[in-house]
Amino acid sequence: MIKALFEYQFLQNALLASILASIVCGIIGDIIIEKKLVMMSGGIAHTSYGGVGLGYLLGFEPIIGAFLFSVCAALGIGYIKRKGGARSDVVIGLFWSLGMALGILFIALMPGYPPDLSSYLFGNILSVTKSDLYLMVLLTVIVIFVIFALFNNWKAYLFDEEFATIIGIKTVFLEYLLLLLIAMTVVVLIRVVGIILVLALLTAPAATASVFTFDFKRRMLYSILFGSVFCIAGLWISYEMNIASGAVIVVISVISYLLTYTVRTVNNKLKDTQNTHEGEFNEKN
Amino acid sequence: MNNAANNSYAVHIENLTVYYGQKPAISNICLDVDDGEYLGIIGPNGGGKSTLLKAILGLVSIASGNVQIYDNSIQKSRTLMSYVPQFAAMDKRFPITLLEVVLTGCLKKGLTPFYKYSAKEKDLANELIEKVGIPNLANRQISELSGGEFQKMLIARALATKPKLLLLDEPTASVDAFSQRQIYDLLAELNKSMTIILVTHDLLAISSQVHRLACLNGRLVYHGEPELTESIVNSLYGCPVDLIAHGVPHRVLKEHEEENYND
Repeated sequence: MIKALFEYQFLQNALLASILASIVCGIIGDIIIEKKLVMMSGGIAHTSYGGVGLGYLLGFEPIIGAFLFSVCAALGIGYIKRKGGARSDVVIGLFWSLGMALGILFIALMPGYPPDLSSYLFGNILSVTKSDLYLMVLLTVIVIFVIFALFNNWKAYLFDEEFATIIGIKTVFLEYLLLLLIAMTVVVLIRVVGIILVLALLTAPAATASVFTFDFKRRMLYSILFGSVFCIAGLWISYEMNIASGAVIVVISVISYLLTYTVRTVNNKLKDTQNTHEGEFNEKN
Repeated sequence: MNNAANNSYAVHIENLTVYYGQKPAISNICLDVDDGEYLGIIGPNGGGKSTLLKAILGLVSIASGNVQIYDNSIQKSRTLMSYVPQFAAMDKRFPITLLEVVLTGCLKKGLTPFYKYSAKEKDLANELIEKVGIPNLANRQISELSGGEFQKMLIARALATKPKLLLLDEPTASVDAFSQRQIYDLLAELNKSMTIILVTHDLLAISSQVHRLACLNGRLVYHGEPELTESIVNSLYGCPVDLIAHGVPHRVLKEHEEENYND
């Protein structure tokens, strides 16, 4: 594959897309895990399918449609949640299904043969185009900039939203901003793993990293690293065996997480028993 | 009008009603807190104690009535107040160190891009961590703290904002007896330089600590000296409550006061 990498443009695109996806996943994934926004992210991702359908129906780039829909979903869910009245998990569920339904509806209304949508649903990293890459680079830069520029404010907001509000930090603004960033992240990920598989890439690297470190910044770095390894390994297998890249990446991510989790749990158990033995020993003396 | 000119209250609450969903959590509360006062708020679960605190802090929307903090609206006086939330409501697994939590109290209003904590702020944070009695834990992850240590950290964070008015929501819940003692001593010390409003279930502490007492059960049942009569307690909890614990000096029920009951 190394040789092919220098030869083929599409492989270079795929590699760059993997790295960009890992960067946004590492940063945003850690935040959504801590803020318990995983299902919210799933909702935003699935709603974007409506945008893909609309893009095909009206003849513009489907990924732009996905972007518009996921932004609207993020703001819409955020608004209804903040105004209260409806439970957020209900709203998320409704947006989730509505987005998918609209996508199917728009595709059905389209004249002629329906396009193959599996690359949007399950991702195909080998078909990433130059214009996809430009959009991904732009969104990744925005995500990195916004998170690091306001890092201390984010930390205060994520740890204790109430207290942040009391000391005058604009928490409502931060909440909407975070939802917008999630929407951007989802768009970056759609080309790599697809709408349906986005959640795994958002959560698995961050969750794996959380096993190794407690420092928030370092955790983001580790997540990016793990994400890159998962994506590039997935890319390589999918190229060699000709399997859908999204599926391979997700399987690798989830297995890696489960393995680290198991190893850590067993390790802790061993340590615990050791400690209690030591404790007994000390008590005896 | 005259009142406001002559008498500056730390907190001035007029006919406050706050709804929780469809039903009022607290209704028609009138309560004044003097500058420098140490007010204790007690009441049964669901009596609206936390809601009252959150209304003072401007965290819940007010259905009717008025709250003034140092003669200004809540929004204007926000920087004068600080808050120690309920331990149980906190995320104890968040990846952050004790020092970092205390430092968040130093953050500026609004949003400050590329903000770095100054050496002065770090000194202040370390000083506060020492003051609350957990000096060697500054770089500890919060997930590794005990209940008492966590609670003290929250107090240090609240103090980092340099408040004139400190509100605490059950700061001694899930805290060991020794730490409880420490926290009450600290609050008494802090009260020399700031107004304190303390929500608690700890009826004994309240009688020995606070200057004034407010009893809340949806409405204000009692407000005055920290000496409870049986009739107040009965209307507060709906049933007689045993207020006596072994060996702790108390003034909760006057009838039970005995000269030789001190420890």
